[in-house]
Amino acid sequence: MNKLSSRTRQALTAPFSVWMAIFVLVPIGLVVYYALTDATGGFTLSNLASIWEYRSTYLVSIELALVATVICLIMAYPLAYSISRMKAHSQSTMVLLVMLPMWMNFLIRTYAWMTILEDTGLINTFIKSVLSLVGYEFEGFSMINTNGAIVLGMVYNFLPYMILPIYTVLTKIDHSIIEAARDLGANGFHIFTKVLLPQSIPGIISGITMVFVPAVSTFVISKLLGGGMTYLIGDVIENYFLGNTGEVNYNVGAALSLVLMILILISSGIMNHFDKDVEPDGGAKK
Amino acid sequence: MANNIIDLRNISVTFDGEQILKNLNLQIEDKEFLTLLGPSGCGKTTTLRIIAGFLQPDSGDVIFDGKLINGVPAHKRQVNTIFQRYALFTHLNVFENIAFGLRIKKTPEKEIKATVTEMLNLVNLKGFETRNINTLSGGQQQRVAIARALAVRPRVLLLDEPLGALDLKLRKDMQNELKNIQQRLGITFIYVTHDQEEALSMSDKIVVMNNGVIQQIGTPIDIYNEPENAFVADFIGESNIVDGVMKEDFICEFSGATFNCLDKGFGKNEAVDVVVRPEDVDVVPFEQGMLRGTVTSVTFKGVHFEIIVDIGGFKWMIQSTDEQFVGDNIGLYIEPDAIHIMKKSEYSGLYGDFSSFSEEFDELSDVNAEQEEQDDE
Ligand SMILES: Nc1ncnc2c1ncn2[C@@H]1O[C@H](COP(=O)(O)OP(=O)(O)OP(=O)(O)O)[C@@H](O)[C@H]1O
Ligand SMILES: [Mg+2]
Repeated sequence: MNKLSSRTRQALTAPFSVWMAIFVLVPIGLVVYYALTDATGGFTLSNLASIWEYRSTYLVSIELALVATVICLIMAYPLAYSISRMKAHSQSTMVLLVMLPMWMNFLIRTYAWMTILEDTGLINTFIKSVLSLVGYEFEGFSMINTNGAIVLGMVYNFLPYMILPIYTVLTKIDHSIIEAARDLGANGFHIFTKVLLPQSIPGIISGITMVFVPAVSTFVISKLLGGGMTYLIGDVIENYFLGNTGEVNYNVGAALSLVLMILILISSGIMNHFDKDVEPDGGAKK
Repeated sequence: MANNIIDLRNISVTFDGEQILKNLNLQIEDKEFLTLLGPSGCGKTTTLRIIAGFLQPDSGDVIFDGKLINGVPAHKRQVNTIFQRYALFTHLNVFENIAFGLRIKKTPEKEIKATVTEMLNLVNLKGFETRNINTLSGGQQQRVAIARALAVRPRVLLLDEPLGALDLKLRKDMQNELKNIQQRLGITFIYVTHDQEEALSMSDKIVVMNNGVIQQIGTPIDIYNEPENAFVADFIGESNIVDGVMKEDFICEFSGATFNCLDKGFGKNEAVDVVVRPEDVDVVPFEQGMLRGTVTSVTFKGVHFEIIVDIGGFKWMIQSTDEQFVGDNIGLYIEPDAIHIMKKSEYSGLYGDFSSFSEEFDELSDVNAEQEEQDDE
């Protein structure tokens, strides 16, 4: 780490710094500018004040994103663990399989779920035809356009982002510390709660962040699988910028985005604090 | 027999079709300091893992305190391990590392505190309770690992090259400390090393292994003075190992001369391996030598000079406090008790020649090295 001189380091990071400045700092600056100005460009706080009426939308977005994140975590941890225990060769195959859906366009994947969940979709058609064989008339489940469908879409789309960081930290855990724990009398449960889980906290935290952040701000999933029944904050923002259903208002849209960004920042801050508590060396190195 | 805490019977282990331990039989007495000594890859760690319960032998029995424990998992054995790399819990501080095993046993908090304090004193780490593992030096980490294993009061402590990563000075200190701890606590230590000096100075009993086979079991003095075969003689200390013939009891012949020795019980004119330690050879004037040769190399080693002497084409190593010079013709004198006779074995002829120390060999190996480089290209 110390091998590079600070000048070399600066030179190496320059392209990234420029990139960040143009595509991150400038947009954030614009968001802040629009959020704090009115149509004529004068300073105002009324955009931010108008957000109060969307408080329930924020809550629903956060709630659905949280549910999706928890489901992802529960599904991803055992999977990541079992992958990390496999032989090196099977591990790379499994990681490939986990990433495979990511090779396909996000929209296409979500459309695919529409055709599966629709009232006349794959699942219902299948169940109906099976039941009609035994002479039973079944009008089908209504799956699409529900909150459940939205959560399903989130879980499906973001699951790999939970699996990969957890898998990475698990593979980095030195197997001999698991043996050391066993040696000291730990059974499988102890090893999980006292060694594996605390050692994998950094992976869990980046997994949660990488799932929660896109889930809480999504508008595609809610639009395609929620069918406009449930409005998420991402949909509201999109509407203000594109005017699909109402007037175009960059200022309110920017204010909504700004608040969402701040909420995400706060939750990341809380998470990182948690990380430091558990892994003291994270704090000590600073 | 009743005194044996661990008894390994006919243990065999095979990895990927290669036999790593071959019919290993080993009895370990209660409270002894036993060392497994052997070159890298000879199966030392594998043997420890079988005792600890991390590995099931393909065949054979592991007996602990008179009871068969083949199927008993590691966490239920009264055996603890100091790992080759310390394997400390980096997410816990020093106190919690040492308390780990006690917490699992649901020991009362007060007792945990007392034990951890006691262990920290034992390994000289008073005041390190709240330190982060990553901020400790190698030696300190090793001490934490020792304290952590001892805190659960094992009957047997397995130590896998615990000092391998430490510098020479610290190593010597830790050797003494470990030996002290073992005697004070009165528990059995099974110690793995490939450092013969460490083995000789610390152990009650040494087990010399090679290729998954025990070559010799004995006290350090036995192993050094009465090596069983050429491998042991070469591995423990420096040895001149030459072909010889037992003419009759107490008379042997090697390097073209006849010697009195203290060995008996060989067949008449039986071919044998003869071991003479470099420090047991005296340099005398050429005419008075039992053996005569030319000095080919002299190296100053501090306490003594290491002198290579060519005797009829075979290079002997001699350690002497008197300086000799390359090209000198000198005589060698060997006392009867300096001669050790061994039966011929699969290792005969493989070890005990010091040609590699002479200049000719350097030239030879240089040529070889160049050739290898060319082959690589
Ligand atoms: N899990 C395993 N799978 C395949 N081969 C193994 C395994 N564990 C050990 N071996 C092989 O068994 C042999 C003995 O290994 P072991 O670790 O017991 O050696 P060692 O005497 O402890 O050596 P060192 O001094 O280098 O630690 C080596 O050739 C090693 O490659
Ligand atoms: Mg080893």
